[in-house]
Parts: sequence; C-alpha cells; structure tokens
Amino acid sequence: MRPVLRAAGLALVITWCLAPFLWQVITSVRPAAELMSLPPLIPTRLTAEHYAAIFAGHPFLRIIANSALVAACTTLLALAVGAPAAFALALLRVRGRAVILAGVLAISMFPPIATVSPLFLALSALGLHDTLAALVITYTTFSLPLAVWLLTNFFAALPRELYAAARVDGCTAFGAFARVALPLAAPGLLAAGLLTFIFAWNEFLFALTFTATEAARTIPVGIALFPGLHEVPYGEIAAAAVTVTLPVVALACVFQRRIVEGLTAGAVKG
Amino acid sequence: MKLERELDRPLWYLLPGGVLLAAVTLFPLAHVLWASLERRSVLHGPPRFVGLENYLRLAADERFWNALGNTVYFAAVSVALELLLGLAIALMLARAWRGRALFYGVILLPWAVPTAVSARMWEWMYDAEIGVLNYLAGAHVNWLGSPAWALNAAIAMDVWKSTPFVVLLLLAGLQGIPQDVYRAAAVDGASGWSVLARITLPLLAPVIMVALVFRTIDAFRVFDAIYVLTGGGPADSTETLSIYAYKALFQGLEFGYGSALAVSVFACVGLAALLYARLMREALR
Repeated sequence: MRPVLRAAGLALVITWCLAPFLWQVITSVRPAAELMSLPPLIPTRLTAEHYAAIFAGHPFLRIIANSALVAACTTLLALAVGAPAAFALALLRVRGRAVILAGVLAISMFPPIATVSPLFLALSALGLHDTLAALVITYTTFSLPLAVWLLTNFFAALPRELYAAARVDGCTAFGAFARVALPLAAPGLLAAGLLTFIFAWNEFLFALTFTATEAARTIPVGIALFPGLHEVPYGEIAAAAVTVTLPVVALACVFQRRIVEGLTAGAVKG
Repeated sequence: MKLERELDRPLWYLLPGGVLLAAVTLFPLAHVLWASLERRSVLHGPPRFVGLENYLRLAADERFWNALGNTVYFAAVSVALELLLGLAIALMLARAWRGRALFYGVILLPWAVPTAVSARMWEWMYDAEIGVLNYLAGAHVNWLGSPAWALNAAIAMDVWKSTPFVVLLLLAGLQGIPQDVYRAAAVDGASGWSVLARITLPLLAPVIMVALVFRTIDAFRVFDAIYVLTGGGPADSTETLSIYAYKALFQGLEFGYGSALAVSVFACVGLAALLYARLMREALR
C-alpha cells in the first residue's frame, strides 16, 4: 500500500512541476487558428510558424546574446572577486571576521527596490544607461554575498594543514590561494558559479530599469514586454518561453547535484 | 619580495568585494534613506529637505496600506503553503531511491526558469476565455481580472515556483538526521506519527527555520512575479509594496515619496529578519 501511495504522490508532484511547461510546448506548436479556442486540447496539426516568427521578426537572438553575455561576465566577475574574499575569511587572520560575515548575510537580504533608484541615477550619470556593463556591475555585487558565503564554507572545510604546509614550503599567502586552495575548492566554485549564472539570467527589476532598448535588453524583460499590437501573441510568447527555458533545463539536468549542493550548503550548516 | 609580503595581508583579498558592496548596495541605500526625507519630484523643482513629511503622507495613504496588506497576505499565505507542501513532499521522498537524481532535475525546473517567463506562462493558463485552467475545470473564473482572485492566482504561481527550493532544503536537512535515532524509535515501538512529531520535526526545526527565513524575505520583496502577471491590478488588488514603490519612482517620478515607500519595504524585510533571529536565539536556549 505505501509504495503505491508514494508512487502516486511522486507522479502528482512531477505533473505539477512539469504541466505548465508542457502546456507551453503544446501552445508553441499550435497553429494560430487554434490558439483562440479550446478544445481541441491537442492541436490537430503541428506548426513551426511561431518559432520562425520570433527569430525573423524580433531582435530575439540579440536579446538571448545579451543575457548570455551578462550572465557569463557576472559569473566570472563574482567568482574573481568573491573567491579571494572567501579565502581570506576562511583561512587568513581577519579582524572582525564574524562581523563581516554577518554583514554579508545582511546585505544578501537587501530588497533590490531599496537601491534601484539611486543606482539608476548613478549609472545614468556615468553614461552607463542602457548598457550591459550596468547590469554586470549590479548583478556581480548582488550575487557577491551568496558567492562569498558559499565559498567561505568551502574553503573552511579544507584541511587547515594543507594551507599551513604550503606556507611552510615557502608559498606566499597568494600562492597558497592560487595553487592550493583554489583548485581544491573547484566544486564550490562550480556551485557558486551556477547559482550566480541563474540569478543573472533571471533578474528582472534592475534589467527593466536600467535598459531601454534591445541594445541591452535581457530575456526576462524581453519576454515581459513582448510586443503585441492588437492582441497578445501567445503562440510567439510560448515559442520564446520554450526557447529560453531550454538552457536552464540543460543546466538543471547536467548540474543538478551541484546546484542542490549550492542551494542547501549554507542553509544546513549555518 | 615586498609585493609578496604585502599580499599576505587579508585586506587586499577583501577590498574589491568590499568596495563593490559599499558602492552598489550601501551607498544607494543611504541615498534612498536621505531622499526619503526630501521632496523630490519633477513637478517640484530642485530637491528640498522636508523631514518626515513623506512618512506622514505614507501613514495617511490608503494605497500604501492596501499595498502593505497585499504584501503581508502574499507572504503569509505563500510561505505557509510552500512550507506545508514542501514538508509533505520532502517526507515522502526522504528515503533514498533510484531515479532520485532525475527527480531533482525535474523539481529544479520551476525554480530555475526566469520568474518573468513563468508569469507569462501562467498568464496564458489563467486566461478567462481561452485559458487551459478554466477549460479543464469547466469553470468561467476570471482569475487575473477579478480583485478577489488575482492575488491568490499570483500566490499559486509563487507556490509552484518556490516549493522546490523548500523541498530541497528540507531533504538536505532530513539526510542530516542520524538513522540510529529512527532505529531506536522503532525498537521502542513508536508509531509513525509520534516519530514524526517527536523526532523528525524537532530535529528538522533549524532547517525549517532557515527555509522560513529565506522564503519570507523573498516573499516580502516580491516584484517580478506580480508585475508581469497582473501589473498590480485589477484596481490595485495585487499591488505589493515593491510594485507601488516602483511605480511611484519610475512612473510617477516622485523620488522622495517613492524612496519612503522603498524604505518601507526595507523596514518590513528587516523586521522579519530580526523577528526570526530572535525566535532562533530563543529556540537555541
């Protein structure tokens, strides 16, 4: 009896998680004529017209490229800035270490809305309005607390003797960081990098505020503001949604262990 | 040699991150706090210090109280549902089984997809005329168009999106409970319910607390889910504090009053964090 109940529950959870995606996929291949009525639930024929439309009529590729570039740069920068800080917090003698970590945690709770207007003014004054750089700077900073927090945990979990031995053997602190600690923390870097990438790929509020044209528009804003002159082009939105979901699906499938590790590491220990 | 000695100082490792955090989070926050004490809008010319005027206006602003009420309702209901559902699912999956990795991949999906994209997906399913939800339920509910339903519709989407995160946290917590405890309970003949109530839940309490903190703070900041799904309507029935603040700042161009609204979001999140910190400290004692 129990295995049956469990299997049923499991099936229910999977259906609940996947059903909206499935409906999106079905919508994206449904002929325009059948979009305005239900039934039929399953389209009578399949069409690629919506996919063709988003790539032909809209700057959709540009928007995807923007998102990819912003997310990649953010990830690299956040790791480049976060890893040394985490290394120092975990292995060097830092005065006020607990205060710094608590401060980092507090900053991670900042509501973006409480910082968005001065950032908008400052970035505009610097001539960075509607540029990808504006997004990269902001995203790097807002993903920094999580990266530092996660990586500090990873560095602190390395055996201290390794660091001590490297120093005794004549390594400088930086040498010990670059040649000993960093390679050993590779799984942590991967986990932190994945979470940062997904954050930057998905962020909406800053992207909505700091960008004005397709020069710097990213996917969430592009899809939210999807053009529709007279009626909402649901077929094309569905095609776009499916297209931009695919990279995330790939990431979630390939790296699910690392992502889960990253999501839960801080919570369960701290 | 001198450079090498210099690189032993932790300062250089912490400086870049510290500068970024100060410039992009602390400075803007201070600026918002200051701007909330000024009259700043396109209509009124140069900014002028007005003390607490914006906050007095806040206290008398019905739209603010409506937004605060919506935010609290959204946070309370969605977090409660996410926690209950998440706990049920995590307990169901607690034991190791084949195909678990695949399952993780599946439940990560709603969490990993951009919220703005999910909102468009749900908007389409909620459609009153041609939406699949009404079709399957054989109903004619105007989910997003009626003030009574719209906020609950947004909550349903948030529950869909965020429960996976809670499940993953709780599963990690469950794996941390030593199996010996369960064996001892089985030897003592404890029933399923009493094992749950007396062993699992108390040992899981710290992780439940962490999930609660993360989710509550996220829910209080909610913006994109609702902004894309309903834009705050109909008739402000889904307008949360973040959305009201955004509209005041960037559509009304009232930087002073909008800043006061933004500070109120910050205060809500801060209060929630302090409350939880206090609860946790008491629980530890």
